[in-house]
Amino acid sequence: MEFLLASAIGILMAVGIYLLLERRMLPVIVGLSFISYAVNLFLLAMGRLAIDKPPIIRPGVTDYTDPLPQALVLTAIVIAFGMTALIVVLGLRAYLETGSDAADVERTDMVREFGAGAHRDSR
Amino acid sequence: MNHWLVVPIILPAFAATALLIGARDNLSRQRSVGVVTVLALLVTSIVLLVRASDGPSSYAIGNWPAPFGIVLVLDRLSAMMVALTSCIALAAVLYAINGWDARGKHFHVLFQFQLVGINGAFLTGDIFNLFVCFEVMLIASYGLMLHGDGAWRLKAGFQYVTLNLIGSSLFLIAVGLIYAATGTLNLAHLAARLAVLAPGDVALLRTGALLLFAVFAIKSAIVPLHWWLPGTYGAASAPVAALFALLTKVGAYSILRLHSVAFSDDAAGVSTALSTLLMPAAVITLAVGAIGVLASRSMLELAAYSVIASMGTLLLAGAGLEPRQLAAALYYMLHSTLIGAALFLLVDVTAAGRGRAGDRLTPARRMPYAGAMGLLFLLAAVASAGLPPLSGFIGKLAILDSLRSTSMATIAWTVILTSSLLMIAGYARAGSTLFWATNDEAKAAVDAVSARPPLAPVAIVAVLIGLTAALSVFGGGAMTVLEATAREMATPSAYIDAVLRKTVSQVP
Repeated sequence: MEFLLASAIGILMAVGIYLLLERRMLPVIVGLSFISYAVNLFLLAMGRLAIDKPPIIRPGVTDYTDPLPQALVLTAIVIAFGMTALIVVLGLRAYLETGSDAADVERTDMVREFGAGAHRDSR
Repeated sequence: MNHWLVVPIILPAFAATALLIGARDNLSRQRSVGVVTVLALLVTSIVLLVRASDGPSSYAIGNWPAPFGIVLVLDRLSAMMVALTSCIALAAVLYAINGWDARGKHFHVLFQFQLVGINGAFLTGDIFNLFVCFEVMLIASYGLMLHGDGAWRLKAGFQYVTLNLIGSSLFLIAVGLIYAATGTLNLAHLAARLAVLAPGDVALLRTGALLLFAVFAIKSAIVPLHWWLPGTYGAASAPVAALFALLTKVGAYSILRLHSVAFSDDAAGVSTALSTLLMPAAVITLAVGAIGVLASRSMLELAAYSVIASMGTLLLAGAGLEPRQLAAALYYMLHSTLIGAALFLLVDVTAAGRGRAGDRLTPARRMPYAGAMGLLFLLAAVASAGLPPLSGFIGKLAILDSLRSTSMATIAWTVILTSSLLMIAGYARAGSTLFWATNDEAKAAVDAVSARPPLAPVAIVAVLIGLTAALSVFGGGAMTVLEATAREMATPSAYIDAVLRKTVSQVP
């Protein structure tokens, strides 16, 4: 059980890091998802591995599983889900506007405007 | 219970929700709600500052006692940071209502959510809640950074989001390790648990703690984790960049807070390891920042690298737990946040008057209001580089003085003084190019721009710089207060007692 979980976390993390190193947006997004899976499993394991144990105190039961890591994982899943949705939309918008899937920014692309509408009106 | 504690978090949360429901398409209503909320926050933070002078107090959310529930903790440090947030937020929101907020939708909603996250991070007494506040802060900052359009801004935003998602993953791993070793995530309870840590768990805890500090190092842009900052801050619109000047300080605050409360007595060797790692990193950060200021090709790069240099200076003093060092670091934190925000706003006002040249440090047509802008730039440069009489000088002096007796004194003094010289040279070069080097053929174009400087934005920059001057004039009083803050940080027992009260005896 320990070996199975540890190697699953390791493999997920390795896959995630490999994909992150691709310099295109879609692999980066998938890589981030893999890393968040690895982190969730890791958090679960940090409450010690216990199977078929109740998380809530009951009379007559001596062995429990720790409920806190499960609550943490739940929060982490929700946040990771929201973040993934955001970055997918962000990557999609960037792809549609620039026509490329590259994750790097060309310096020459950076055209900044200064001064907000108020000064622009007076031009 | 002191219900004021929860106001800095729920007030902007309610305001943001109300804006989202009630004023989706009504910009003037959004502006008034935004400004009024920030003003109310300012009042709240003053109340909190007064309350915090009586010593730390805690607020158990839902009345669940610590360490079972999540607590908010108010002490001098968190009250000071909340007050600083309110000041910067007021400047940023007033700047934004001059037109930046009309560039895209939901500026004020995102701005208020950003304040929820920042204030939450300053007030929380729990590591996992700190993670959640970081995420709230970051989600809002993604939206704010993308405010105003532009394809390259989307790509710069993509990089920023990716970096922070990796940072969040590391944060969670660190949280998991610390929980596995100690069984708690409450800062005060963690401090109590570290004293009775099983020898087998020491390595686990040290790994987790240092990983956590590495995450904060990403947020506070310490070399080698600083490279994201110039691109991100350069891509953000001016009022957002001014608010972002505060985000790096959230990282620095987290380092100081965790170091002083949870890991202060060096039970697992975390404090020693952190100090020995942080000191050289801060020295290199300062050097890289100063060289960046000297080498920058645009005003935005100049402002971004001066933020990096200020983080180096701050953490050079903040690496130890000596009260005098902490007081100096806190003074520099106040100073550098104000001047960082002022610089980003100043870049925007100045560059708006230079036509196509924008913020690039190249000769351009003569600015229509070069005198006023030049004076403000001079003052900002003086404050930022640490020349008398503005607060940068007092801050650096206090840091130099507090580092005098440490083992790193020679290196720290050399780097601080050399980097100040480099930054003066960088600012002088930038200023003379910006305000004096004009190319003749474009002089005729002066009439195309309004001859009067935009009054409200210039006034906001002037007030921010005026605040650093006030920090310098009332330097003695400020230092007395900050020394009390630093003493409170150096003796975390009051903080721990305020959080745990009597419940600690019932905790297994």
